[in-house]
Amino acid sequence: MNRYAKQRLFGAAVRAAALLVVGVMVLVVSVTLVRGGRVLLTDPAIVVTPPGSRYMLEGTGGFLHAVLGSVFVVGPATAISMVFAVSTATYLQSDYSSERFSESVNMFLNVLWGTPPIVYGVFVLTIIIAIGAQTSLFFGVVAIAIFQYPIMTRYTDEALRAAPDGVRESTYGLGATRFESARMTVRAAAPGIIAGLIMGFARGIGDAATVLFTTGRSTRMPGGLFDAATTLPVLIFDQAMSFNPEVRSHAYAASFVLTVVVLGLILVSKLLAGRYARYTPGG
Amino acid sequence: MTDTTESLFQRARAGRLGRRLLAERLSGYWFTAAGYLAIALFAAITLLLLYRSLPILSEYPLVAMLTSADWNPAQNSFGFLPAIVGTVYVTFLSMAMGIPIAVGAAVYIAEYAEGRRKTLVASFIDVLAAIPSVIFGLVALIVVVPFVGTYVAPAFGGGTAGVGIFTVSLVMAIVVTPFMISLSVESLESLPDELRETSLGVGATKFETIRSVLLRAAGPGIFSAVLLGFGRVFGATIVPALLIGGQTQLPNSIFSTGQTLPTLIVNDFGELMSLPLTQSALIFVGLMLVVVVWLFNFGAMLFRRRLQRRWQY
Repeated sequence: MNRYAKQRLFGAAVRAAALLVVGVMVLVVSVTLVRGGRVLLTDPAIVVTPPGSRYMLEGTGGFLHAVLGSVFVVGPATAISMVFAVSTATYLQSDYSSERFSESVNMFLNVLWGTPPIVYGVFVLTIIIAIGAQTSLFFGVVAIAIFQYPIMTRYTDEALRAAPDGVRESTYGLGATRFESARMTVRAAAPGIIAGLIMGFARGIGDAATVLFTTGRSTRMPGGLFDAATTLPVLIFDQAMSFNPEVRSHAYAASFVLTVVVLGLILVSKLLAGRYARYTPGG
Repeated sequence: MTDTTESLFQRARAGRLGRRLLAERLSGYWFTAAGYLAIALFAAITLLLLYRSLPILSEYPLVAMLTSADWNPAQNSFGFLPAIVGTVYVTFLSMAMGIPIAVGAAVYIAEYAEGRRKTLVASFIDVLAAIPSVIFGLVALIVVVPFVGTYVAPAFGGGTAGVGIFTVSLVMAIVVTPFMISLSVESLESLPDELRETSLGVGATKFETIRSVLLRAAGPGIFSAVLLGFGRVFGATIVPALLIGGQTQLPNSIFSTGQTLPTLIVNDFGELMSLPLTQSALIFVGLMLVVVVWLFNFGAMLFRRRLQRRWQY
């Protein structure tokens, strides 16, 4: 085989690889949307109906509890995580820290980023056992916040890094303190930070391993901060293991909702990033 | 900046400059604390998990637990070998399936695709990297499980249940490929165009350019992408829990059911709360996951530095 034949062969192989990936992805999304859509079309009310008393066994009622649980767990978690993520990223990027220290913090952030989510779940569960508490919505928030923290810090860090140096130089030139300068940098990097916020929310809402042990996998409506709850991914996991075909079919409806929410969020984040890009200085 | 914080509080009452200086001082404390948070979190996780696995570690010798194949918490026998073997199988198989496809697709996006098609394929893969893995697991239940059960496993003389290590590996390969692709594309695209021009200019074909120049120059980045994929497969919980069959035994083929370290935690979670020793054993599994990820990350950092020196351009 001469080198030109090799080149053609390689080109074909590379195209085939890309086609395979795209094909598999289309298959996954369309199976979810079609199967879930069919269940939802026949009974759209299950999304907003509270579960019956024996929901996991008989499939009576709907899965409003998981939809609300997801919102109540991931919403506050994202807010908490965002505060810490922006603070840490500001610390790393601004004149508060030395370069060497930033480097080592970055190293730990990378390790945290690669840590499997189930470890965070077990960690929070260990805390729950240690203080003798019950699994509840609150600990779900804690676990998801810990899970999101390295992800959002990385996005924020990247956004701040991409902010033009001119912002820092001119604020210092005007006599601003480090804090005031950092505030202006954050403002200049806002589109990237918001995109990171939405990505963090999307990752948090899709993660099951962290909340599996910490919120209590309840099948009732969430009653309060220290009451057991469940989230959509955990519910889908439980439904998929069910012996009742109707409960299993609800799993597809729930994953339809989850897929649409996640895809919608990412779309919004991309649009926002594109829209705000016009307002960044120098961009 | 040698004023004490108390005197800054007094100046803050006096005027605007005082307030600004106070905000500056307090924000310094806050941001420093936030900077230490990452390290504190890491230390807290490691130490707490270690502390809570001490009961099991003091009860049984570590080597015996890691090499024993007998997992039966009710009878107080804790052998982690089946789960470890299962995890190694799954990680190795899905990386073997995922890496060539991911690198191929990344090369396509970075070097072959152009214009609108490139944006379309790239953003499509980016978006799909964010789909929750539980959805992949659910779809796999009705697509991959029958496929493996009826076609793949019988062809290799395996069982016909369809769930098992091979199914999990295949699905995990699908889950992590988009991650590896988008990171690899990033590092391929950040290469300077001179590399391509020089190589093509001395008469190399496009294939030769990619193989001998671009993939090497982007090597450290692709290596990081692979490592990220490794971490995700290694700690994957939901997909294996749905598809592996959950039997704690040494797998006799890649099609047999088994257990991975994370699914061990999920499946025995009910007992976790009640029996102290089982609780400690499962927390020890969590510790193992942390330590392996930790070692891999630091090893990778050293290896990456070496690669950068060897494959620099």
